[in-house]
Amino acid sequence: MSEIVWRPLADVSKELDAGRISAVELTTEILRHIDATESRVRSFLTLTPEAALKDAREADRRRAGGERSPLLGIPIAVKDVILTKGVRTTAASKILENFLAPYDATVIRRLREAGAVFLGKLNCDEFAMGSSTENSAFGPTYNPWNLKRVPGGSSGGSAAAVAAGQCYAALGTDTGGSIRQPAACCGIVGVKPSYGRVSRYGLIAYASSFDQIGPMARTVADCALLLEVIAGRDPCDATSAPHPVPRYSAELERPLRGLRVGLPRECLGEGVQAEVREAVCSALRWFEGEGVSVVETALPHLRYAIPTYYLVATAEASSNLARYDGVRFGLRLGEEEGLMTMYGRTRACGFGPEVKRRIMLGTYALSAGYYDAYYLRALKVRTLVRRDFEAAFDRADLVVMPTAPTTAFPLGAKTGDPLEMYLSDIFTIAANLAGLPALSLPCGFDQEGLPIGLQLVGRPFAEGQLLAVAHAYEQSHPWKDQHPSL
Amino acid sequence: MTLDRDLVRNIAHLARLELSGDEEAEYMAQLENILGYFRTLDDADTTGVEPATEMVDAGDALREDVVNNPPAGEELLANAPRRHDRWFRVPKIIE
Amino acid sequence: MERPASVFVNNMDYEAVIGLEVHAELLTASKMFCGCSAEFGAPPNQNTCPVCLGLPGALPVLNRRAVEFAVRLGLATQCEVRLFSRWARKNYFYPDLPKGYQISQYELPICVGGWVTLSGEEGEKRIRLARIHMEEDTGKNIHDPLNDVSLVDFNRSGVPLLEIVSEPDMRTPQEAGAYLRKLRQILQYLEVCDGNMEEGSFRCDANVSVRPLGSEKFGTKVEIKNMNSFRHVERAIEFEVGRQLRALEEGEPIVQETRLWDPEREVTRSMRTKEYAHDYRYFPEPDLPPVRLDREWVEAIRQSLPELPDARCLRFVREYNLPTYDAEVLTSRRDLADYFEAVVACGVTPKVASNWVMGDILRAVRERGLDRDLRIQQWPVEAESLAQLIQLIERGTISGKIAKTVFERMIATNQPPEEIVQREGLVQITDENALLSEIHQVLADNPDKVAEFRSGKEKLFGFFVGQVMKRTGGKANPQKLNELLRAALQSG
Repeated sequence: MSEIVWRPLADVSKELDAGRISAVELTTEILRHIDATESRVRSFLTLTPEAALKDAREADRRRAGGERSPLLGIPIAVKDVILTKGVRTTAASKILENFLAPYDATVIRRLREAGAVFLGKLNCDEFAMGSSTENSAFGPTYNPWNLKRVPGGSSGGSAAAVAAGQCYAALGTDTGGSIRQPAACCGIVGVKPSYGRVSRYGLIAYASSFDQIGPMARTVADCALLLEVIAGRDPCDATSAPHPVPRYSAELERPLRGLRVGLPRECLGEGVQAEVREAVCSALRWFEGEGVSVVETALPHLRYAIPTYYLVATAEASSNLARYDGVRFGLRLGEEEGLMTMYGRTRACGFGPEVKRRIMLGTYALSAGYYDAYYLRALKVRTLVRRDFEAAFDRADLVVMPTAPTTAFPLGAKTGDPLEMYLSDIFTIAANLAGLPALSLPCGFDQEGLPIGLQLVGRPFAEGQLLAVAHAYEQSHPWKDQHPSL
Repeated sequence: MTLDRDLVRNIAHLARLELSGDEEAEYMAQLENILGYFRTLDDADTTGVEPATEMVDAGDALREDVVNNPPAGEELLANAPRRHDRWFRVPKIIE
Repeated sequence: MERPASVFVNNMDYEAVIGLEVHAELLTASKMFCGCSAEFGAPPNQNTCPVCLGLPGALPVLNRRAVEFAVRLGLATQCEVRLFSRWARKNYFYPDLPKGYQISQYELPICVGGWVTLSGEEGEKRIRLARIHMEEDTGKNIHDPLNDVSLVDFNRSGVPLLEIVSEPDMRTPQEAGAYLRKLRQILQYLEVCDGNMEEGSFRCDANVSVRPLGSEKFGTKVEIKNMNSFRHVERAIEFEVGRQLRALEEGEPIVQETRLWDPEREVTRSMRTKEYAHDYRYFPEPDLPPVRLDREWVEAIRQSLPELPDARCLRFVREYNLPTYDAEVLTSRRDLADYFEAVVACGVTPKVASNWVMGDILRAVRERGLDRDLRIQQWPVEAESLAQLIQLIERGTISGKIAKTVFERMIATNQPPEEIVQREGLVQITDENALLSEIHQVLADNPDKVAEFRSGKEKLFGFFVGQVMKRTGGKANPQKLNELLRAALQSG
């Protein structure tokens, strides 16, 4: 019976429909598995077993009433930067340690309507700022494949929970790679949708012009099932796109023949782990075997991606995080010494070092005298990165890159050097700069048994195509059937 | 790229972050390092390039002028660190 | 303007240079970026939601009507209405600013250029507008003296505002006051702002400097805040100009700063200078798409604009042949002008209608405080009823004097004038025999006065008129009475 925790969401959904298991039984089984594994993985910040069982009973009732929906009764979990009404939502920060969300994010509302069962809230880097989940104020999450390694970040809790069989799918958020890089580190599939594809209403903002919520699961098809529920125009988010949402899960079987895949020549150079390079090349050879032509493309401005991203994102963050001032919610310290001290101390003690570093960096980039040289210049280079992709998509239908230059690194390896941590985002950041959909899926393991991620980047709103290509690759590569032994 | 201590203090003040002397020194060194690396942006040719300020064409995305929020319930005020009835209470504001 | 525009200091003529920044709260039903009510006067924090409280995860969505109102004002003040404008964040910390930034417009405001025309005895003067932009209002802090703390209410947070920035084109406090009144009048005509300075829906900051007359260069500019009435604005500017001239006289420097008007002591006072200068770190608002106006929509708004006060005033003079003074009073409010035209439309002589509207109607309106509303809902007397009353006079059914009584009854009973006149027997006596019999009685009762009159004391004529009026309850047709009385007195 415990094997059911490793089955794909789509399969389990069929079991529920067939009445071979109830949502309550399934949820109980998952909660038992979480209980057995959580002390080693530490993916959850808040577990809500009672609410989950209540959701499950409701799902069983709905199914008994004849309702059928792929997510009905499926236990999932949510990165703790997404608001869930009545449940503590912390952004992995001390400043929100006791914050009870007074409303549901739009994605949560949509998943509730679809009948999902919510297990709880997943760890991440504080305010989604980081690449290893070590910036959580409540301690790190451990990579289920090797507990001495980071799960990646910032959605490290989401990736680890999915990889550890603690949920069938999870929501992550991706600002500079925070879904794809942990998905790669933990050997699962993660989708960063096009900017505007999924509503950001109820997502605690890090960098508004980059942030996207996306699905993370063990199969491409499972990600498709989640994405088609959460995507779509939301009247509460003025930057959500009106484009119609396809039924991604019904359009996964597409012929590959004739497709053109672009390989940016900048992506397999120095700094990329040999096994990562080999795995990506091997995937490309497989595509060629399927009648896909691989063309070389160029992203000449990729070398500016990191400074561009870290200037624009931190500038937005410095403003987005101004609301944590101790007035209306969250931590408050130092009020006895007056308003100024209250502001300064609340924020100094409530935010962790990386968040403060990014606030300082962003404040600097926007401040008088530096705006033009840093922020404005970065916005212009952002345009150049977008144009690089436009040019690449003239020659190719999608672009393939490694998700990360290396597999999961050991805990503590990069915490001493913020800049080195930033540099590990090099391949994921470009898609965020250009607002493009991108996906990471497993494409092998390194010698230490750590998963390697393959990244596909598509044209705006081409999620369907990315999912179909990834699905085809996944069908002939049985990595999805392997899971860590915990 | 050199930052001076006053600039770091001014940035911290603008961001309302009460930093200790050690933290000031640490952030100064780190920001210098990071901003130094970021100067690679100077190599990019941005002449005539428009800044990217709109990441998606979401249409005009206007709402009609309709009151559709109910009067604020307790849950919106319940997270307040300090209250006085239905007000948020803060230390005295000195102009 | 009544005051001299220049003052002689240090052997030079100096003039004041004044620019105003006006904030007008818009009369939308809901707030700028959320569906909370924008109405004034709710219990603390009742009109709030995650968006206007700046809770984590909340996002703004723009109110279409707020944009329409901005366009209306822009068109009414001859601005260039930009088809593409952008939102920006203005970052600063303050307890009444929930997000730590205000959503405003910075490098690309919705309207630029334009002007407001002032007319004075020396003719017309244009006060140019630099820009009009949209932004959201903040909440409100109140001081709780009992606990010596501040309390914050976010009901006003997110209410839409227009900021209207003039060029430094004004030279006297009176000119500034006239500009402000004119701007408010236009806003009220457009029904986009109620213009209530006391409640803070129409606010004004002033930038004041002085310079030698004829100089092209501006002097050091001082910003004045906290002026809650037109009078305060004029008094504050007057004080500030005087203060700056005294400083020049005494060779003291004028510091660029913000000063607060103290209405009790009638002085401006320096706000404590901040340790650090303000740095608002404006940048484009990533949560909102730029505002793209459809050319046809702007054209439709232009077509829907009401006739504006200046044009209407000119038309009243031309079309109704009214004195300029009458036209100005009648067009001071859009609803008053509408009311006047409704009376005239019933066939009443315009000047007569004007006298009644400017006199009795306006007095009744003010007594009842009806003019506190932007648009008067219930007039003391409907326009049609007033027209009927005037027509009763014009037809000679009642006298002008009786009409005043009927008017009071109309207000009290809300009945048509004919009915009141009939019921209360107020119809004028024009019958010669009836009048003559009253006249003879009066003459018979006062033989000595008759004798005095006939011996040349003509002033007594009024006494006889009064006596007849008294006997007829004021209903005697005054013209007829005059005629018959004079004949009776002379024939004796």
